[in-house]
Amino acid sequence: MRKMLAAVSRVLSGASQKPASRVLVASRNFANDATFEIKKCDLHRLEEGPPVTTVLTREDGLKYYRMMQTVRRMELKADQLYKQKIIRGFCHLCDGQFLLPLTEACCVGLEAGINPTDHLITAYRAHGFTFTRGLSVREILAELTGRKGGCAKGKGGSMHMYAKNFYGGNGIVGAQVPLGAGIALACKYNGKDEVCLTLYGDGAANQGQIFEAYNMAALWKLPCIFICENNRYGMGTSVERAAASTDYYKRGDFIPGLRVDGMDILCVREATRFAAAYCRSGKGPILMELQTYRYHGHSMSDPGVSYRTREEIQEVRSKSDPIMLLKDRMVNSNLASVEELKEIDVEVRKEIEDAAQFATADPEPPLEELGYHIYSSDPPFEVRGANQWIKFKSVS
Amino acid sequence: MAAVSGLVRRPLREVTVRDAINQGMDEELERDEKVFLLGEEVAQYDGAYKVSRGLWKKYGDKRIIDTPISEMGFAGIAVGAAMAGLRPICEFMTFNFSMQAIDQVINSAAKTYYMSGGLQPVPIVFRGPNGASAGVAAQHSQCFAAWYGHCPGLKVVSPWNSEDAKGLIKSAIRDNNPVVVLENELMYGVPFEFPPEAQSKDFLIPIGKAKIERQGTHITVVSHSRPVGHCLEAAAVLSKEGVECEVINMRTIRPMDMETIEASVVKTNHLVTVEGGWPQFGVGAEICARIMEGISKKLVLEYSQAVVNIMYLNTYRIKRLKARSGQTTTLNLSCVQFPGCSCCSCHWC
Repeated sequence: MRKMLAAVSRVLSGASQKPASRVLVASRNFANDATFEIKKCDLHRLEEGPPVTTVLTREDGLKYYRMMQTVRRMELKADQLYKQKIIRGFCHLCDGQFLLPLTEACCVGLEAGINPTDHLITAYRAHGFTFTRGLSVREILAELTGRKGGCAKGKGGSMHMYAKNFYGGNGIVGAQVPLGAGIALACKYNGKDEVCLTLYGDGAANQGQIFEAYNMAALWKLPCIFICENNRYGMGTSVERAAASTDYYKRGDFIPGLRVDGMDILCVREATRFAAAYCRSGKGPILMELQTYRYHGHSMSDPGVSYRTREEIQEVRSKSDPIMLLKDRMVNSNLASVEELKEIDVEVRKEIEDAAQFATADPEPPLEELGYHIYSSDPPFEVRGANQWIKFKSVS
Repeated sequence: MAAVSGLVRRPLREVTVRDAINQGMDEELERDEKVFLLGEEVAQYDGAYKVSRGLWKKYGDKRIIDTPISEMGFAGIAVGAAMAGLRPICEFMTFNFSMQAIDQVINSAAKTYYMSGGLQPVPIVFRGPNGASAGVAAQHSQCFAAWYGHCPGLKVVSPWNSEDAKGLIKSAIRDNNPVVVLENELMYGVPFEFPPEAQSKDFLIPIGKAKIERQGTHITVVSHSRPVGHCLEAAAVLSKEGVECEVINMRTIRPMDMETIEASVVKTNHLVTVEGGWPQFGVGAEICARIMEGISKKLVLEYSQAVVNIMYLNTYRIKRLKARSGQTTTLNLSCVQFPGCSCCSCHWC
């Protein structure tokens, strides 16, 4: 009886109001937590790696499930809006690395391994991270549709979203890596024990400036976690055709590295915790390679089948879906019920729908604001328009 | 005794441009803990051109950082640090090497505030010697004023004398935007009188305001950086022939102070622009374009009987041109050859 009351109060104190019938379903006895085995990481210049078992609490499990489902649904909705031409321009999705929810496990798993006071920077496949770093789906979708309710007031679009301790969203491949090392320098300078997660893809991994960043980060022992999201294709070029060495976790040479199963959110979480602890101890940078897969094409304009077979895509889709993996684990260990997770699906779907409604209905930023935000902290000035008689006001 | 002391002028200090920049950086490093300097040889070597002499000894490794030869890498690191709230001064040994890092300056620094809808400022200073030096050949002589001056989101300043150098570097460091400070290597060792106000720790020169170095009535001569000195010399020569030049020191390339230039041209009806960069798509070209755009509304052409001799400066020869009377003339004088090359001034560009 006591256990049932405890379960009921736990449910009632948690989410929003539920009708009586649902309370009965939810008052079933769930386990508080469960232990899972996770894949061992390949190591480079490390004696020990992250643990091979991890404990997942019910609360965390539900939170991760909801977050991953939100990211997936949000990306699928963006896909839909793009096909309806409501989103234009660039749209690099990340469900399954735009298609594949591969990134879903990455962005939620990485966030789970760090604190909100830590920092994160990534390249252009940024929507999932923008969400996990704290912005709402509304703001993200409205930014994709270029409306004034977007997080960058409609001026940044898909690739330029910013939040607290989240530095975008960067369009130039590889440029974000030295930026991330710089953020790590600021962390060390300020002495607050914070770390910076600096993400890049397997395609970017061949950029020279990344090696310059590795060198300086190691020399100055910057608390920077370099993370290579390896989805095995850089646009249309497979890793074998682009890199003389595809062991991306070793490419840091003098920087220790680990190769992580990026489809398993718990594996990503443990590896991130391990890497963050390493950096916080002052030992310098560390490199993580997350092995993922990209369901869709590189971006919306690429169907993704000219350079690989449909069979290949189907096989990965059916065997390694991170959300399915988490769901199975939670249900099989009695951390949650199928119905409960379905409820979350319904709630998430509604949230996305509302956000999409807003993103479609919100007005575009007014023309008068075209010249705004050129300089920071400056008095207003005039900007020349298309000819010398058209002037725009610029406010900081 | 009181009468005598009233006649005695307080002597003005003479400070070289190098020391002025050094002072400016020192004062700002002292004032704000978030300011730091990074670049090649800035710390233990005291600066490739000794501009940062003494700073590492005073502030240490944390705030004066020697970098490896990795412009793209360390410029990116500096921009990232600025995004995270620090106030870096990123030195390029010369701006020619900034080309390796230009993506970080433009795409990561200049454009970010706009693309983020006003969320992410980038308070960074990029500084170093720009333009021609003494016989360093083509790869080490380019002037980047026009390249950086082209981009919104960036501020670009170009000091000439010591006062300019100190006031502008301090304003640049205190500015919350990315500022490119184009110094000049040949000016580093040149001493100038330092007016008393420039000796204050809060001496700032506003970015975006030009200075009229010499008042005149017959012709406006606009320049920036080292050529300002040449213009003043030319003005002295012309003055003996009865031509009074108004010499304007731009000080800032972007945002350009067109008001000062326009007001002067309205007064004189004649304009010569002088710069160390190439003519095509250059700073002078922009000034001429803007004068032509503005001129139709503001200027009334006046016919004059005077014939004006214009001194045309190039690195090796001085030519005289006679301009026709009664016309409003604009002339764009740019460096038409690479220093170090001893061939004639062929207009290859």
